[in-house]
Amino acid sequence: MSFVFWIIAAITLGGALTAVVLKNTVHCALALTAAFLGLALLFLGLDAQFAGFAEILVYVGAVAILVVFAILLTRGSETPKGSVYSRYSVVGLIAAAAVFAVLGWAVLQSAHSFPNEQAVPSATAQQIGIALVGRYVLPLEILALLLTIATIGAVIVALHEKEETNG
Amino acid sequence: MLGEGILKGMAETARNFFGSYVSKERLTTVQYPEEREPVAENARVFPFLVYDEGMKDGERPEWEAGLRCTSCQICEKECPPKCIFIEKSKDKKPDAFGKAQYYPVRFDIDISVCMSCQICVEVCPFDSIKMDTQFELATDDRFGNLMIDVQELAKSDSYYHSIHPTEASAIDQHRAETKVMLAAKTKAAAESAAAKAAAAPKPPEQQAGQGA
Amino acid sequence: MFATLARNSDQIFILLRDWLLAFLPMMLRPYVSVLLSVVVIVCFFPALFALTVIFERKGLGRIQNRLGPNRVGPYGLLQPIADGIKSLTKEDIVPTTANGFVHFLAPVVLVVAVFMGFAVLPMGRNMVLVDMDCGLLFYFAMGASTELAVFMAGWSSRNKYSLLGAMRAVAQMISYEVILLLSGLAVVMITGSLSLPKIVEAQNHYSYGLPHWYIFTPWGLAGFVMYAIAATAETNRSPFDLPEGESELVAGYHTEYSGFKFALFFLGEYLAMFSISGLGATLFLGGWSAPFSFLTWVPSWIWFFSKLMLSIFVFIWMRGTLPRLRQDQLMNFAWKFVLPFTLFNLMVTALWRFMGDGWLRWAVCSALVAAAYVLMARVSMRRERFAPRSYRYAE
Repeated sequence: MSFVFWIIAAITLGGALTAVVLKNTVHCALALTAAFLGLALLFLGLDAQFAGFAEILVYVGAVAILVVFAILLTRGSETPKGSVYSRYSVVGLIAAAAVFAVLGWAVLQSAHSFPNEQAVPSATAQQIGIALVGRYVLPLEILALLLTIATIGAVIVALHEKEETNG
Repeated sequence: MLGEGILKGMAETARNFFGSYVSKERLTTVQYPEEREPVAENARVFPFLVYDEGMKDGERPEWEAGLRCTSCQICEKECPPKCIFIEKSKDKKPDAFGKAQYYPVRFDIDISVCMSCQICVEVCPFDSIKMDTQFELATDDRFGNLMIDVQELAKSDSYYHSIHPTEASAIDQHRAETKVMLAAKTKAAAESAAAKAAAAPKPPEQQAGQGA
Repeated sequence: MFATLARNSDQIFILLRDWLLAFLPMMLRPYVSVLLSVVVIVCFFPALFALTVIFERKGLGRIQNRLGPNRVGPYGLLQPIADGIKSLTKEDIVPTTANGFVHFLAPVVLVVAVFMGFAVLPMGRNMVLVDMDCGLLFYFAMGASTELAVFMAGWSSRNKYSLLGAMRAVAQMISYEVILLLSGLAVVMITGSLSLPKIVEAQNHYSYGLPHWYIFTPWGLAGFVMYAIAATAETNRSPFDLPEGESELVAGYHTEYSGFKFALFFLGEYLAMFSISGLGATLFLGGWSAPFSFLTWVPSWIWFFSKLMLSIFVFIWMRGTLPRLRQDQLMNFAWKFVLPFTLFNLMVTALWRFMGDGWLRWAVCSALVAAAYVLMARVSMRRERFAPRSYRYAE
């Protein structure tokens, strides 16, 4: 619980909160990027170098850009006229509190279950690689298949549009 | 093969790069105020009035005495944007051929209007207005200095030779021939006048002789 | 005696730093050491940038049959100072409808992300700022952050040309980032480590006087060429400079920036060029190792910076040679030719690793790479026959 941890936590939570509260959707996306960055710094603080840098590379470098493109290419970039808070805010608050309670209970329970664990041993990129193609090869292949399906689907959707306007 | 064109292009630019240190044709920059490219002989920018040198008048300066312009105002009338303003003199002074001619009291050309079309040069019957090749004519006074007056316009015949040598020599040759022809003409006229004067008093004597 | 002189000049910056740190108490030493190295990087690379700017302008001038700037100092060498004074004293205009906060942050994020990339480059023997196990991954992570800065710049200017330029720039940078990663991956496969100093160490061997640099292997040559193409596109450099082409989109995503912020974008672009050239030198050209075994007495940092400056000159040379690629041409090129070729190159690298050492693997891998290049070029870079144009939204 060092000083650096509080700063990183502030960045993450601040980014996530601003992402929900702001009116302009592109501002929200940029605040979400700050939250991703905070998350990556948390990984680095836990000595998980590969996870931290992969998080920056993938989330900040690609997912944030994707989110922003999606906002700009649809009409999400227009600022909403009314309030951003829906009418059912009380129900939303109850749901959020319930989810937080469940997650917090799970985390605290896990701390009880492993009382003698030290800090997580650092996993090098090599160990992650060996695990991915050894023990976790099925999830890897399913993920690859999923990504291929997504790419092919995007191409088909784009092609389909062109043929519609052709005919 | 893909990429072949790029490699050829890169070879050419490398040749340009290294060649620019050794050959003039690969470094064509003329560093303007310090170096100037020589102007072509038939370049034309703004007109000037030619004066013949060596015309001694006693009262007028050399440029005014030798000015070829006879104030015929043809260039003023032919100028398309009407940028020449001439005022003819009331008296006549002798020109290079000895004949008494009018001269321009005021000969202004508006430099902001002149379009360098050379029509004034083409129509002048006296070879007196020609095109100069000087282009550094900027001035910082919009209201006075844009009207170039006759003194600034007058430049000597030797200057004309220096900027348009072929034209100037052709004109000088023509003028020399004209001078010779005029001298011969005046000599012939003087001889015939003398012959006429010698023959003229005789008829009344003969008539008196015949009448009696 | 000569050997100690060579060793000392090689390690001169390390020795200087150790001598300076000896004046400080034990507790402060690690912090001051890092601070010192950071300050040196932050001061040195912008100075190199100033030098590169003048080389670029004069080099481009000579390529284009003209002199470059030659008025400011002797042979125009003080031109960067004049440029610096100009950009510092220009009025900083921010459009009234622009998003002030994001508009201000964009050049800052760009320059910070680019500077971070220098932290992992081994600039000489023992001369890395941070020796991380995942150095290469860190470098690419920082490179990805620059795309975000470009997008922020374009969007916050509230200008359709800026936004268009930014979208194009981001699309281009993402496409070529994949290629950059895959080319670098081939090197990682052979070395077995993501750490950049280890990659240089793996190339620091000589046989018959010639070095074991990866560019001298068939997959390394192919990888280097693809890496160079991707590096040119990542830094928005000619011929891939459509997003910032002056004649195309005003100035693309940095249209609305003036004065110092524009200077920061310019600085960011050139620093990105330096760091990507440095990475290319590290991955393929052997980093700080000497080209011949009898030249190892020359200090290692001289070799690294010579390779860096050589790459910069090649960038300038390409800029003077090639016309700009259109957006669809460069995207086609990336996805249809360079990416498949880089993937095939990965397979050839794997083949190289698992075949034994000897002439057979050279022959097989060279043949495969050459055949793939020619065939893929013929198939994917054919001239298209265009059908009558159909519009998606106009009908």
